[in-house]
Amino acid sequence: MTTTAPRPSSRPARTPAAAEELPQRGAVGRFWRESFIVFRRQMRMNLRNPAWVIIGMLQPVLYLLLFGPLLEPVIAQLGPGINQYTWFVPGMLVQLGIFGAFFAGFSLIGEWREGVIEAERVTPASRTALLVGRLGRDLLQLFVQAVILVALGTALGMDASVGGVVVGVLLTLLLGGACAAASNALALTTKSEDVMAPVINLVMMPVLLLSGILLPMTFGAAWLDRLADFMPIRHVVDAVRGAFFGDFDLATMGWGVGWSVVLFALALWWGTAVFRKENA
Amino acid sequence: MITARGLVQTFRTGRGRARTDVHAVRGVDLDVAEGEVVGFLGPNGAGKTTTLRMLTTLLRPTAGTATVAGYDVATQAVQVRRSIGYVSQAGSTYSGAFAGDEVIDHGMLYGMSHADAVRRGQGLFDDLQLEGLWRRRPKSMSGGQKRRLDIVMGLVHEPSLVFLDEPTTGLDPQARANLWGHISALRDRKGATVFLTTHYLDEADALADRIVIIDRGEIVASDTADNLKAQVAGDLVVLEVAADDQVATAHERLRVLAGRAEVDGRRVSARVPRAGRAVPGLLRDLGSEGVSLDSIEVARPTLDDVFLTLTGRSLRDAEQPEQPEQPGHPEQPGDPNDQEVA
Repeated sequence: MTTTAPRPSSRPARTPAAAEELPQRGAVGRFWRESFIVFRRQMRMNLRNPAWVIIGMLQPVLYLLLFGPLLEPVIAQLGPGINQYTWFVPGMLVQLGIFGAFFAGFSLIGEWREGVIEAERVTPASRTALLVGRLGRDLLQLFVQAVILVALGTALGMDASVGGVVVGVLLTLLLGGACAAASNALALTTKSEDVMAPVINLVMMPVLLLSGILLPMTFGAAWLDRLADFMPIRHVVDAVRGAFFGDFDLATMGWGVGWSVVLFALALWWGTAVFRKENA
Repeated sequence: MITARGLVQTFRTGRGRARTDVHAVRGVDLDVAEGEVVGFLGPNGAGKTTTLRMLTTLLRPTAGTATVAGYDVATQAVQVRRSIGYVSQAGSTYSGAFAGDEVIDHGMLYGMSHADAVRRGQGLFDDLQLEGLWRRRPKSMSGGQKRRLDIVMGLVHEPSLVFLDEPTTGLDPQARANLWGHISALRDRKGATVFLTTHYLDEADALADRIVIIDRGEIVASDTADNLKAQVAGDLVVLEVAADDQVATAHERLRVLAGRAEVDGRRVSARVPRAGRAVPGLLRDLGSEGVSLDSIEVARPTLDDVFLTLTGRSLRDAEQPEQPEQPGHPEQPGDPNDQEVA
């Protein structure tokens, strides 16, 4: 969402009258300006310590190169002529969206410990902007990773329409934003890596097992397939996959988009509430 | 600048049957005039930081009202935030970021333009003797430099009221004295109102026009440092007598001077009013009576003494934990929320 945000304030230094204009700026303009300041600060810190960015990008590449080939005989059972990467890249996208974003909160604990969050909360900046600026960083990182994944998938023979890929990536970003917001909220609630890591693992296991990210859920027992229906992420995976295959089935897309929007709204509300905590 | 009436903060802790209320602050009234420097003193856990967090809009009061810089902390939080600077004891900058970048972003979150934030930030770096550290990371700064950087962060938007939470805790004496000079300059050169918490009497003594003492969430005194110290009956004089058979004579001499004196082995001590004037005569008398001393100590009243006089407990006893830690915050070193209610 940050990439589409208006940026009237990205270069206030170049406008001589900026200082005088600032108090008159509307609430919406102020919100985006504050979000951008937080976003720019986060990007600066990320780029200065790019180890995590590189590790984050290497992960899906390794999955595609080292796990993708194992899927060939499995995916062949879905029907003739289906390239395993058309099936697998959507799963990897969603996995990237969830896993990458869920770890976003860890850096927030470090910032909190050094008093940065408190210092930001004592400024008049919008509490939502403090969260949205950080989400912007997570979403930009996710977007770059998604582009790499799609490019590599295409090189390996993935057969998906441009429109499908765009819809799939958008859904991934929505889900990634939800997970990043939830991760930030969890970080500020637990305030401890030692508490947060097991909680994330606890959430991750059922998500990974019940979403059909690595293997089709329909291949297993019927009860397992029914059980997976209760896993919201499964519907998002199905929708992204549907988009990639050019199969915009109304029910599949409806469930996937619906869950993405609901999860994103819930997580954004939770995240803002945590940044606002103990105060109006 | 600050008017608080009946400020209360109650934290819930524990679960189920173990659930209890922690009364961190129990009805604080405060008045701070414009241009005043007020020292807020108390032992750890007395409610200093909790009061400060309520006045700076970080914590919503459970009960009571407070007006800060003309705005209500509960209903006009944004206006309050715009008018005040806050230097927390937990720091304010990320250790891996460049100091200058952190200052610019902080200023911009207050609505300043990039150019204004740079100009003002660099001016403060010069004022606070941080020249040349604009492109330095806080992790490679000394403790004193980091504290001064925190103060730059708190002042970048030119607030008329500055809150400082334990500004010199953990600094060596030289860095403390240096920081005191800078804090004094806030009022003297910039006309700011300063509200600082501390548990050092010498700090409040050096900086504050007025000292407010808080204990167990209640204000127990509010006066100038001199008046508070006058409540303690004199300076502590401790004599260490060279031989056992001279203790009785020393005790008698000190008792005449102070009204009462205590003996502990060969150490004889008493509270002597205006010890600076009395001690030369005392030494002469002891000499003429053949009492020789191993050592003599004269100590001005400390916060501990003032605190003891006011509450009947010594500061060290008062810092024994009486309550479990604040709910929702696992024990963490440097947690600003925990320290005051623990």
